[in-house]
Amino acid sequence: MGLEEYKGVYIYAQQVDNKLSSIAFELIGKAKELANDLGTEVTAVLLGSNVKGLADELGEYGADKVIVVDNPVLETYRTEPYAQALTAVINEYKPEIMLVGATAIGRDLGPTVSARVATGLTADCTKLEIGDFPLQAVPGKEDEQKHNQLLMTRPAFGGNTIATIACPDNRPQMATVRPGVMQKLPKEAGRKAEVIEFNPALEENNRYVEILNVVKAVGNVENIMDAKVLVSGGRGVGSKENFKLLEDLAEVMGGMVSCSRAVVENGWLAQDYQVGQTGKTVRPQIYFAIGISGAIQHVAGMEESDLIIAINKDEDAPIFDVADYGLVGDLNKIVPQLTAALKAEMGK
Amino acid sequence: MNIVVCIKQVPDTKGGVKFNPDGTLDRAAMLAIMNPDDKAGLEAALRIKDETGAKVTVLTMGLPKADAVLREAMAMGADDAVLVTDRVLGGADTWATSTTIAGALRNLDYDLIITGRQAIDGDTAQVGPQIAEHLGLPVISYAEEIKVEGDSVVVKRQYEDRYHELKAKMPCLITALSELNEPRYMTPGGIFEACDKEVTVWGRADLKDVDDSNLGLKGSPTKIAKASDKVPKGAGEKVNLDPTESVNYLIGKFKEKHII
Repeated sequence: MGLEEYKGVYIYAQQVDNKLSSIAFELIGKAKELANDLGTEVTAVLLGSNVKGLADELGEYGADKVIVVDNPVLETYRTEPYAQALTAVINEYKPEIMLVGATAIGRDLGPTVSARVATGLTADCTKLEIGDFPLQAVPGKEDEQKHNQLLMTRPAFGGNTIATIACPDNRPQMATVRPGVMQKLPKEAGRKAEVIEFNPALEENNRYVEILNVVKAVGNVENIMDAKVLVSGGRGVGSKENFKLLEDLAEVMGGMVSCSRAVVENGWLAQDYQVGQTGKTVRPQIYFAIGISGAIQHVAGMEESDLIIAINKDEDAPIFDVADYGLVGDLNKIVPQLTAALKAEMGK
Repeated sequence: MNIVVCIKQVPDTKGGVKFNPDGTLDRAAMLAIMNPDDKAGLEAALRIKDETGAKVTVLTMGLPKADAVLREAMAMGADDAVLVTDRVLGGADTWATSTTIAGALRNLDYDLIITGRQAIDGDTAQVGPQIAEHLGLPVISYAEEIKVEGDSVVVKRQYEDRYHELKAKMPCLITALSELNEPRYMTPGGIFEACDKEVTVWGRADLKDVDDSNLGLKGSPTKIAKASDKVPKGAGEKVNLDPTESVNYLIGKFKEKHII
């Protein structure tokens, strides 16, 4: 396999119900940076049925080219036809880098396709850059150091470790990328991508599964693990009714309410919303810990959050040891004022 | 019906994490448990066994001490256990791990293979689908419910905002979520029996149809450039002001960080 034959940064433009997922634009944003470093272009790969119309939007967010595989068999995501289609794109166009969102679709499609094209795949990356592998040349073996490699950084061990991984001898270099981490570019109205229609044969084989039913979630069964902002309450909130204060703040911030174990034990919220060792591990961009003392079991489930804000009347509460910003005071006064102030700021 | 459940012994991530000089994990130095998603997969298999009398085999790849999770699985009710262990298999990434496990599975009769969705050490969710790929099987990942219907399985496949009810003809591979069920405890009788049972041990030579170039650290396309423990984050700023000033302080910080 001639590695130099592989060129360009490709992203999988995930769509569900013929609507592009946010991760598609986030991946284009990151791919653009990588492509600049490599002096190449960004190509979005769009798979689905009647999806050609979505190509323009990908262009407006920065894709230089869009490869569209439009086939009725791709109407709803299923591993096998999607894997056949993406594999065909990789084999035909030979990308140097192939990025896929670390979504419930991408974490199925990515491993299947990487195994099919016999390359490596790094999961759930939070940082991607172009650099050398090894990072430092081995003395006496300087000529063995490879340049312009994709360096993929990811947390592992429940966030206890960080590893940077390269894929020096196989192409494409593949990564799944955690949603919500990379920045999308501002939309450039009217910017056009070159659209390439590609129609590989997709053959039904023993690996096709049958879709009996598609059941969409209704109401508030969203997962707190997917929320970008969590407003989390503890025993200090005082009552089930008082969680209204937190709901209001969550609404303004476009987030969800979650809680500590004490809240579940008191029957104020269901276990689905519990953060911590016996609940869920969350990594939102912003985590508010309100009336939560910060027991180690709770902290284990939220310390990976990008920004932690603690509000507690006890100034010695351990939660302040992990908080970026700590407000000592009465949550009943601070939270409503904060909600009102944010509302005013966002309305500007 | 034959079910093979692939399980992994994982370090309990609550403890400290250690590395070898080459940047790979020093698993020998850490406490070990059965990976939670795998345990749910095992429980799902045991429930099918309770209903249909299926035979359940557990398989793991790891250090010799991974024998412990196989015995735990047998004490829960698994019939047979296979340990794949060999020095040459160490340091494998998900590609080399999946080629190894696929090589072992080729020696076994299976109608259904169940793996956990992901392990709590690597968190990749890649090995299950990659095993299916090497074996040419249909795969259904993220299973939150599994039912056997004749020669097929019907699975609730979880997505972020929905689930798909999928039907696959066996043989096939399913990856299990820990939400699937509440795994049973080992029984005293089971523990007693598990001590006496044989664990089949396979090495490199027992793997079927796998090239050396796809095994272990050397056969791994992904290479670790750098690995480190995460530096614990220190406390940030703490203010003790009246409520209005507190709110103004935080709004100021949000503006600095371009949150608002």
